[in-house]
Amino acid sequence: MTLATGTTRLATVQDEPPAAMPGGPVDPILVVDHLTMRFGGLTAVGDLSFKVGRGDITALIGPNGAGKTTVFNCITGFYKPTEGMIRLRQEGGETYLLERLPGHDVNRLARVARTFQNIRLFPQMTVLENLLVAMHKPLMRASGFSLAGILGLPVYRRAQEAAIAKAAAWIERIGLTHRADEPAGDLPYGDQRRLEIARAMCTDPVLLCLDEPAAGLNPRESADLNTLLRMIRDEYGTSVLLIEHDMSVVMQISDRIVVLDYGIKIADGTPDEIRNDTRVIAAYLGVDDEEVAAVEAEVGLAGTSAGTTA
Amino acid sequence: MEFFAQQFINGLTLGSIYGLIALGYTMVFGIIGMVNFAHGDVFMLSSFIALIFFLILTSWLGLTSVALVFLIVLVLAMILTALWGWAIERVAYRPLRGSFRLAPLISAIGVSIFLSNFVQVVQGARNKPVPPLVRDVIVLYQNEQYTVTLSYKQAIIMTTTALLLAGFWYLVQRTSFGRAQRACEQDRRMAALLGINVDRTISLTFVLGAALAAVAGTLYLLYYGVVSFSDGFVPGVKAFTAAVLGGIGSLPGAVLGGLIIGLIETFWSAYFSIEYKDVAAFLILIVVLIFKPSGILGRPEVEKV
Repeated sequence: MTLATGTTRLATVQDEPPAAMPGGPVDPILVVDHLTMRFGGLTAVGDLSFKVGRGDITALIGPNGAGKTTVFNCITGFYKPTEGMIRLRQEGGETYLLERLPGHDVNRLARVARTFQNIRLFPQMTVLENLLVAMHKPLMRASGFSLAGILGLPVYRRAQEAAIAKAAAWIERIGLTHRADEPAGDLPYGDQRRLEIARAMCTDPVLLCLDEPAAGLNPRESADLNTLLRMIRDEYGTSVLLIEHDMSVVMQISDRIVVLDYGIKIADGTPDEIRNDTRVIAAYLGVDDEEVAAVEAEVGLAGTSAGTTA
Repeated sequence: MEFFAQQFINGLTLGSIYGLIALGYTMVFGIIGMVNFAHGDVFMLSSFIALIFFLILTSWLGLTSVALVFLIVLVLAMILTALWGWAIERVAYRPLRGSFRLAPLISAIGVSIFLSNFVQVVQGARNKPVPPLVRDVIVLYQNEQYTVTLSYKQAIIMTTTALLLAGFWYLVQRTSFGRAQRACEQDRRMAALLGINVDRTISLTFVLGAALAAVAGTLYLLYYGVVSFSDGFVPGVKAFTAAVLGGIGSLPGAVLGGLIIGLIETFWSAYFSIEYKDVAAFLILIVVLIFKPSGILGRPEVEKV
């Protein structure tokens, strides 16, 4: 095995060829490897392994309390996993072990961005400022840690103009140009959701993690969200990992779906495979595998499941 | 009327110094929601640093240019006090971040006591004087009985405060660092997830606050010509009152609050009784906390649901 060209830094490991996994993505951007997270006696996530394909939209689904958000929190450095590794490999071959990076480096170095179930915009800052905050790192560098910024040197002025242009492009894309200078907290809910995604994208992420982006959206806003996410995947090549309950979003846009129940992976495949998986249906209906057929008949779903009980 | 005008000028000067100290309180409170009770003693410490450099420059090195001495003293005091500010945050506050809310507050009181005792031990308990540096005055108005003057010292103090307020307002509102500060203020975890180094932003805020305290400390020494180890407490608490009055978290509010406290204190001493000037100043704190807890320019606290 030849050594990779990627530079090695703190919390990075040498590149290795992606291990072949039957049915899994060939060139994963993120590999979650035997991840376990325990809170005292409660195992929120147990021995979870899955991969997120580069340039794919991957959905992480499961009933409430299945441990989806815990997985996100481990990926973005909020929790230190009890066991396991989370490996992110960038296109250049640089690999980061996310569970070892401090919070801000998950974004700065590994270039992972995320949103939360609840909206976490900076409500008192304007729409434009919310996006500019996300470009703090390049701006700070250009401003010589604010000195050039206070003095108004051209180097900072140019960086500032570039940042504003980029923010303006995103604001236009999400249709908020006319409200760019209003406090973000004054926007309607659906706009705030889209603004959060735009803000996350302003950090130039390679992996975008969205926690229930469609929660609370009406059907039209959900459709807009689908368009936005497809655009992010196709135009920017950003890989997306999302937690979602809205199956119209999940089934339409996902390239792959990973299903969790009680912290354990019960299925992993394409939307079509997941749609017909008995264990997934059982988990969502809240019954044992054997009773699926009976319950489906009761609720009028008979015939949709392939009925391949283990 | 002439007496009133003179008192007004004196009040504005005193208020400018309070305002400068209050800027430090309000910035730190803004970013981590903590009242840095050691800030008044950092101010006192910076006064001593300025005193030491002033004596070195004038007595040992024999510099005579007033402007040069003043500038060198100011810059050195700012640098050294900023280092103190950084060290205090690093040692006494950062390890307690994420602890319960009162922990850093108690730690701050500890730092405050440490600083005043430290200065008392190494510098002695007596008042330390410096020879007057700037004596010139501008006569604004004159009649047979009374002369209204604005001394150069007073002009320097008011101008410096106005310039620093403008500079810091620009820093917070218009630069990337200021945006990062406001982001940390509103949602620290989210800010970190957007690639902002929260610890460094907080450190820098303490450094800037301490540097502002150093400007106030140097000007205080220039104005009164005397400083003692206990001079941190009362101006510190009054500046805190000013920050609360103006609306804590708001930079223009801090200076506005400082000016109001300075004016009230000066007029009270001039027209009523000088013994009760502190009572008047702190009475305001109580009244403000009861009737307008968010202060004059502060945003009302919105209940998060």
